[in-house]
This record gives sequence, C-alpha cells and structure tokens, in this order.
Amino acid sequence: MTESPRNAMDPAEETQIGRGGPRDLFSKFDPLIEERQALLDTGVRDPFAIVMDEVLSPTLAIIKGKETILLGTYNYMGMTFDPDVVAAGKQALDEFGAGTTGSRVLNGTYQGHKACEDALKDFYGTRHAMVFSTGYQANLGLMSTIAGKEDYIILDADSHASIYDGCALGNAQIVRFRHNSVEDLEKRLRRLPAEGGRLVVLEGVYSMLGDIAPLKEMVEVSKRHGAMVAVDEAHGMGFFGKNGRGVFEEAGVEDQVDFVVGTFSKSVGTVGGFIVSNHPKFEVLRLVCRPYVFTASLPPSVVATAATSIRKLKDAGAKREHLWKNSRRLHQGLRQLGFDLATEDAQSAIIAVLLPDQEATVRMWQALIEQGLYVNMARPPATPAGMYLLRCSLCADHTDEQVGQILEMFAAAGRATGCIS
Amino acid sequence: MTDRDQTFDKVAELIAPFNKKEIALTEETSFAGDLEWDSLTVMDFVAAIEDEFDILITMNMQAEIETVGQLVDAVEELRNDG
Repeated sequence: MTESPRNAMDPAEETQIGRGGPRDLFSKFDPLIEERQALLDTGVRDPFAIVMDEVLSPTLAIIKGKETILLGTYNYMGMTFDPDVVAAGKQALDEFGAGTTGSRVLNGTYQGHKACEDALKDFYGTRHAMVFSTGYQANLGLMSTIAGKEDYIILDADSHASIYDGCALGNAQIVRFRHNSVEDLEKRLRRLPAEGGRLVVLEGVYSMLGDIAPLKEMVEVSKRHGAMVAVDEAHGMGFFGKNGRGVFEEAGVEDQVDFVVGTFSKSVGTVGGFIVSNHPKFEVLRLVCRPYVFTASLPPSVVATAATSIRKLKDAGAKREHLWKNSRRLHQGLRQLGFDLATEDAQSAIIAVLLPDQEATVRMWQALIEQGLYVNMARPPATPAGMYLLRCSLCADHTDEQVGQILEMFAAAGRATGCIS
Repeated sequence: MTDRDQTFDKVAELIAPFNKKEIALTEETSFAGDLEWDSLTVMDFVAAIEDEFDILITMNMQAEIETVGQLVDAVEELRNDG
C-alpha cells in the first residue's frame, strides 16, 4: 500500500509545474531540508555531521579539540587497533598493493580473500563462506538472488534497510510479520501457497533497540513450515554463544540455519560482508549474485585485517566477558538514574535510551557531546514505531573507569536538560 | 447485500481505528493522499486485514493498491483464490 510522503507538498511547487518547465528534481527533499534547517537554527550542533579529527583508541577520539569517549561505534570487540590486526594489514599493503581493481570473479580474488573465507569457515564451522565488499551488499546479494518471482521472503517488519533493499532489488514475493512475534510469523507461514520456495529472514540482534530475536522458536516454526532460514548476525558476532558466532549459536539452532549473514564492520573492526552456509550448491552464488559479481573486491589489506581479527575473536573469551559486564552495568546505571530504556535488561551490547521527541533528544545529545561523550542519535524512519533515541553501544575495551565516567556524564546531561529529575 | 459490499464494510470497520481525521470512506479514498498514512500505520493495518480475512497481502501487492476500492477488490480476489 502506498504511503503518504513525510510532509505534504508545498503548493508553490504546483504553481511552478503550472508555469511549465520541468520541476527541480531536488524539490522532493525540500520538507527535509527545511526541517533540518529549523533544527540547526535553534543553535544545536548537527548530530549527523560529526568529524573525528583523531582516533586515539577503539574508545577515544578527538572531536573539535576535545577528547571524547566513543559510545556510538560498532567496535564491540575493540579490534580496530589490535596490534596483530594492524600488522597484518600493513604487511598485505606492502606485499599486495592498495587495491585489486577488479571483481571477485575476474582479477579480484587474491590468496588473502581465500584466507579470509577460510577463517570464516573455521570460525563458523561451515563448509562454505563468501566474502562481499560490505555487509549491506551481502544482504542485497542474498535476498535478490536466492528467491525468484515464484518464491516468498518472509521478514520481520523491523528488518535492516539492507534486507528491505535486497528484496526490492529482486523479484520475490515479500511478506512481513510483526517484529519478533513468533505467532505472527507462524500465521503468515500457514497462509503461504504450497508452491514456491520460502526464505525466512531474521536478525540475531535488532540494532536500533538492541533487542534480540527469539531464534529458537522462530527457527523451529520456520522449519516446520518448510522454509529456509537466514539469520543476520551483524550485531551478534563476537560475543554471543560459546564460540562467539552469534545469537543463533546461543539459541542452539546452528544446525537448522541455512545462511548466516555478517559483516566485518562491527566486531571484526574493518569493512566487508559475508555469507556462510552448508548448502551443497552454495558456491553457485558466486556466479549469479550481482552485488558480488559487479563490484570490486575488498583491498588486500582489508581482507588481511579481517582474517586476523576473526581468528582472534574465536578465543576472545576474556574480552567477551568484559563487554557483557560493561553492557549490564550501563543498563542498570542508566535505569537507576531514571532514564527510559528500550529493553528490560541488557540483551546485547546496544543500550537504547528512549526520549520523548526530537528536541529533547538533540538537547540531550548535545549536552553529552559537550562533556566529551559521543552516542548515536537515531530518529524515524531509521527507528521503529516513530521513536527518538540515543543509542549507546559498548566496547570490550571500555574500562570500568570509563563506564563510570559515562554514567556521570549521562547524569549531568539528563539533569541539565530536564530529561531526568 | 453482495459479498463485495460486506467486504467493503469490514474493511471500513478496520480502517476506523486508523482514520484519525475521520475522513468519509468511498471506493476512491486513497491511503496516502486522503488518509495520510505513514509506513508504520500501513504495516499495522495490513496485518489487521490479513488476520481478519486469513489472507496474505504481499508488499508487492501493497505497492499496487492505492484506494479503498482497490483493496476491497484485492481482498475479494485473494479470498476466492484460497
């Protein structure tokens, strides 16, 4: 069903059309430009134009001359400055050059790309692994290629943009169910026609609110209705499950998930995406998946850093433990201060603070950045149910002292802006 | 009253809770233009329609449906298919 544009169109534009001559293609963005200008005119800093002038560590950067604690990155396991990871990247840069200038299926597969896929196969215990240039493209590739016109993709309404965009790129029939509702998923699976393939797409951690999916129940229902299952573990890799594979490992459904999609731009600490699978025909995707074929492969230094990081993540038990400790402490501390949080408990490394509206959210965000704390501001349409939130994501390298400072800054900012009493 | 009339009435009943401006519904009432629904409202409403009639309205179909009349036609067709 078509939906209304965010704001009604300015009648002046109609007049312009009436006068003849084509309209400026940018005019459709005018309501957004005006809304943004109105916000900036109130004198706040632009939450979407932060520049990190220096990055000191996974948890510290210099922003406008001020040392700032980073609480809004996806650097969950703090691998970006790991000495082994950095050394591997430098060596590959020296030995293989700055880039491949080619597609994976032409001149763009170096031994480093194969080594990276081998590291993924070891990490996930799967027979196949395919590395993409970004996590976005991995989802784009899977959704658009695996399901054809006669097939059905059944997805959670709060799915990431890359999943929706992959569906839009392909020809499959798309069915949505209410976020994290096993009952709603089952109802829709029951109503599907007998013909056609079925792919249920789930995420381990939903990144806006930091809530996790009931994967055990959802995978069971999906399998009972003959569907293949893909789980996106972008925000779960590294610290869920015994081997850090993700929420699906912790839920004990590893043998029933057909595809795991992931990224190197979060716990792995660089950039890139992947799909792992045990399906005997999986390798054919390398020939038919357009977001894999028609783009340049990752630079040698990137796959070298990724492979080294993935091998280290396998045995990062102590880091995992500290990350969970940080997440639980921040959740409990913010709740005690009186903030409204998106989840009952710390379900992942993301703690989302709910605020009533855009103005309060921006004021709170600004009060934090001025004290030296960076968090993500998130607003509709990126957020579900029209929520405004400040999203905090923890790192295994945040020290106990830093978590204490973070809580102090939230307390001061919350009181200064009237968000807490 | 024909089956289609009954479907129209049922659809109208399900629109009511989302019809904040209390727009009078006709075959031509459009979801985006007249009812001014955003994507979240569309999602909730489609789920309600699907559950009421025990059908699936794929996102592909939703993209083609602009008016109440078109939705009623689609519901009728989907019920007869099932």
